Amino acid sequence: MSQLSSADTETLEEAAPAIDEAREAVLAEITARLGEGVVGSHIRPGDDLWIRVDRANWVAAAEAAKAMGYRFFDFLSAIDWLPSPFGRDMDSQEDRVVSGTPAKEPEAMVQGYAGGETRFQLLARVYSISAGMGITFKCDLPDDDLTAGTWSNVYAGANWHEREAREMFGFSFDGHPNMINLYLPADFVGHPLRKDFPLLARRVRPWPGIVDVEPMPGVADEEGEGE
Amino acid sequence: MTAISDPQSVAALAAEAVDNRVNLDFETEGMTLNMGPQHPATHGTLRIIARLDGEQVISAEPMCGYMHRGYEKLTEVRTYPQINALINRIDWLGSFANEVPFILAAEKLMGVEAPPRAQWIRTILFEMSRIANISLFLGDFGLQLGGMTAGFYAFRDREWVLNQIESATGGRFHPNFDRIGGLKDDLPKGWIESSHTAMDKLLAFCDELEDLLVGNEIFQARTRGIGVIPAEIALSYGLSGANLRASGVDWDLRRDNCPPGLVYDKADWKVWTHPDGDCFARTWVRLQETREAAKIVKQLLDTIPSGPVMAKVPRIIKVPEGEAYVATENPLGEMGYYVVSKGDLVPFRVKIRSASFNNISIVPWVARGAYVPDLISILGSLYFILGDIDR
Repeated sequence: MSQLSSADTETLEEAAPAIDEAREAVLAEITARLGEGVVGSHIRPGDDLWIRVDRANWVAAAEAAKAMGYRFFDFLSAIDWLPSPFGRDMDSQEDRVVSGTPAKEPEAMVQGYAGGETRFQLLARVYSISAGMGITFKCDLPDDDLTAGTWSNVYAGANWHEREAREMFGFSFDGHPNMINLYLPADFVGHPLRKDFPLLARRVRPWPGIVDVEPMPGVADEEGEGE
Repeated sequence: MTAISDPQSVAALAAEAVDNRVNLDFETEGMTLNMGPQHPATHGTLRIIARLDGEQVISAEPMCGYMHRGYEKLTEVRTYPQINALINRIDWLGSFANEVPFILAAEKLMGVEAPPRAQWIRTILFEMSRIANISLFLGDFGLQLGGMTAGFYAFRDREWVLNQIESATGGRFHPNFDRIGGLKDDLPKGWIESSHTAMDKLLAFCDELEDLLVGNEIFQARTRGIGVIPAEIALSYGLSGANLRASGVDWDLRRDNCPPGLVYDKADWKVWTHPDGDCFARTWVRLQETREAAKIVKQLLDTIPSGPVMAKVPRIIKVPEGEAYVATENPLGEMGYYVVSKGDLVPFRVKIRSASFNNISIVPWVARGAYVPDLISILGSLYFILGDIDR
């Protein structure tokens, strides 16, 4: 694994500026508009910008972005940062106890770019066609009150995305005009995209992929690439 | 009914009660029309509940979820190569195009770049998927508006491009050909020549269809001035692809924000827009897009470099920790994957931003006040694939 990529990669890295002035300026303007509302940010030069705002400024962030020319609405969703209690093989901690395998220590919760303090984070992206850049917004939601303001008055397209986020993660959006399930039946119990929602198909049948990722006999030795 | 205390059931019952009282302020006999889930004009299982006042639509609400397969959940228990096979099924008419943004996102996190030959073939197959997808739209839309002939021509000539995709990848609909770091295989012998022939046939098909369908008086009467979407509304709903360009927004991710790994800058082509924003404009832009795609393919076929089609990547793919969003201009519009990796064999979270989901969310807005036959034109011209809405 000495070299992972072709020779072109080096030139690309040189071309990307170490400091992305355009994105720094966007971040500065959002910070100027929201003040203390911006609680975290991350810039990958020449590529992307992440801004984390607090919950009180979630709608204000959308309004600020739209006023700055970010008129194209990409998506709105969420991330559940809880490490899956079921693990890759989808054996729950209880199953391990029953089968006599020692229970695993739960991994620590580590949030991604722009940081975070809570398990659930809203994730939304808007794009400016004139600037050719997008902004990814994040927002922490405390576990005891998974509520945020609705973006659907700023970006009409957020309507459906918020309905999806509601049923998949169990959030609610203040002021949303039509807060009913989009995909799931009305009597569905649970929020499927939460990490602690078990994927029952995997509980019944073990993970077939586990076969594929084990080094096959002989192959790993010949290629010297297996881990 | 034990679930009656559940707030959601109460809300559903309340909505039902409102349904029964619809049109009270109009003082006319309202009617609720249920289209679907299986209706010839919805090509798939999209169900639309339309409230009518005479022939006019007061509100139209799409009911999704009949084909929801939970891909975002499934990606959390599958390795990156396995996900590649899964996401082929999102937009099943242009499957190869689904793979590319996901592979590019994984490559970006890993810092891998495919060799030039793989980038060329990727772009060619991407555009072939576009042709396969949109040529069916052109025929199918005619079919929905009562022009049977266009459908037969489209199915006939789409075979040319499907045969090319099949001979290169082994799959007509679900190639699963893209790999992190390159492609599964090189092209078969004689493929470049036969692709030139296929593209010539497709260009002829576009000319034929322009006379047959787009120039047709009845077709124009059914589509011109119908379902007009202004640019500002389209942007705030996140409409993308030909739907957005038909509203006069000159934006194409292939030209304006092409992720590394695709070589659109190596071909000479044009982004077409139309100022009208109606059903006709959307059809017309797609027709031009098909032509341009065929031109891109023909140019890239001539300049394809030699060399390997696979970069050196570990046999077991582990993607380093990080987050990346990569979007490409797919046949239906912007398709992107927001990938969160924790350095494992499986991604931590994948948000699939599919084009049809946003494209169809505008239906309640655009259908208001339209006539019932126009609803067919609007739905057809917005062009959605059910798998791309429900994922």
